[in-house]
Amino acid sequence: MATILANNDNVDITMPELKFDITRVRHDFPTLNQSINACPLVYLDSGATTQKPQCVIDTTAKFYTDENANVHRGRHTLSENATIQYENVRAQTATYFGVNSNEIVWTKGATEAINLVANGLRKQVTANDTIIITPIEHHANLVPWQVLAQQTGAKLAAMPLNKDGTFDTELCLKFIKKQKPAIVAISHASNALGNITDLPAIIECAKSLGAIVVVDGAQSAMHLKPNLKILDCDFYVFSAHKMIGPTGVGGLYGRYELLNALTPYQTGGEMIQTVTLYESVYRDAPAKFESGTPNIAGITAFGAALSYLSQFRHAEIFEHEQAVFNYAHSRLAKIDGIYLYSSIKNNIGTLCFNYKDEHPFDLATLLDGYGVAVRAGHHCTQPLMAHLGINGSVRASFAFYNNYSDVDKFIDALQACIAILD
Amino acid sequence: MTNTFNKVSESIRNASVWQQKYREIMLLGKTLPSLLTALKIDDALVPGCESKVWMYVEFDLTENVLVVAGDSDTRIVKGLLALILALYNGLTPEQVLQVNAYNEFEKLGLISHLSPSRGNGIKAMVEKIQTMAKQKLI
Ligand SMILES: Cc1ncc(COP(=O)(O)O)c(C=O)c1O
Repeated sequence: MATILANNDNVDITMPELKFDITRVRHDFPTLNQSINACPLVYLDSGATTQKPQCVIDTTAKFYTDENANVHRGRHTLSENATIQYENVRAQTATYFGVNSNEIVWTKGATEAINLVANGLRKQVTANDTIIITPIEHHANLVPWQVLAQQTGAKLAAMPLNKDGTFDTELCLKFIKKQKPAIVAISHASNALGNITDLPAIIECAKSLGAIVVVDGAQSAMHLKPNLKILDCDFYVFSAHKMIGPTGVGGLYGRYELLNALTPYQTGGEMIQTVTLYESVYRDAPAKFESGTPNIAGITAFGAALSYLSQFRHAEIFEHEQAVFNYAHSRLAKIDGIYLYSSIKNNIGTLCFNYKDEHPFDLATLLDGYGVAVRAGHHCTQPLMAHLGINGSVRASFAFYNNYSDVDKFIDALQACIAILD
Repeated sequence: MTNTFNKVSESIRNASVWQQKYREIMLLGKTLPSLLTALKIDDALVPGCESKVWMYVEFDLTENVLVVAGDSDTRIVKGLLALILALYNGLTPEQVLQVNAYNEFEKLGLISHLSPSRGNGIKAMVEKIQTMAKQKLI
């Protein structure tokens, strides 16, 4: 068993005063203000997808009501406006991550973005190459590399991981130096545990050996708002729906020379310079990776999500999330019989836990009866669950719209569920 | 409705609050004998479930009645399985088609457990039972 923190009386429970106007924020997210099974909803599944503020919902409706047109095509006012809007959101996204507009490719989400990179690198990978993956990865950042390895004969090597699911940076660096990888695919934060990876050291080491570093940012994009030029990774993927934006939108950041060197894995309209019957000349990135009609309404609404986030200093959001998370972690740790797998330090705000030998499915089903939304299962991280020696867990994942009262309701509900199970 | 089902589901029907309902479901699950470990094989798993559900649905050829067996690693799903077993075990194909599990679960206030999104395997089990009964009658 991993970290066991049962009835840990040494942990101080603190509730720093929140400066953030949480009442107003919660008001902006209509989904939060409802009852489930006659209890006020306590939404603790933001790791799966975040709720959306009213402005994102309104922008989607407005697009289809007043603005709908295809992009990069018609020479008419609506199409031109839609194109301007679409490219503006690309610029907004680039600003959010501190990169250039032409380094952002739209996809339908993190999964598609990883597939785009893994497929796009196929011509550059040979049987002599090693691809480093890690045991904490979401299946979305594992399977595409397994396929690439099968197709090219390259070797996969799994980064060492401590028993408790954290990385020992020194060991990782040693491993990278020994493996001399061509590619390192690694998460910025674990979706199951919430633990944040010590990326700067890993990226510096991998890149000094000539490796391409692909970062799965699905969980970090909103909670950590990384500046990707400072982080210095080569590729970074994200999903808008985990950043208070709509589903069906996501993206890939790629350092321009490397991005432009990828082979497109989907082809068709909009991505080409010239086409004759027998051959075509592709446009430069990002256009060559965006064949077909994109999710224009979704991308427009993602712009509204980024605007919403930009009204806060990121540090404000982060501080608030951390305060609520620390409170939740310390309260949970005090419950007898709880196995807590998430580390309290360096965590985006996710609690991965089990109660005695109860099945996470039973616990989550009962919690739902109290209006508490959590996830149960392996969280698409079967290798990590195997590493921790469990079949699955309950995951409660927080976002900036959660408050102390959510934690209290969650803990009360959990104690009531335990009473039903015991 | 079969008497067995009425009897086993009585305590669930009489539960006044949902907490009590789940307690009764889990108690019912406890009465269901576990499948032999040798039968808990991957081939018998209902695919795509958050919980593990093993199921066997066969027709007893001499008696022409349905034989259903199953197990789950979760307490709630195991209790729900026990309900399905009580509903269908020992019925002829004709009788199987006259039983509507959806109606029965609705009456017990458990219909959400048969929704496709639950992914708990119970819906898949009901569908397999119904399909097999139909095939028997062709
Ligand atoms: C770490 C991580 N990577 C990748 C993904 C896949 O994201 P999406 O389903 O939006 O493509 C997720 C989503 O759960 C995730 O948490």
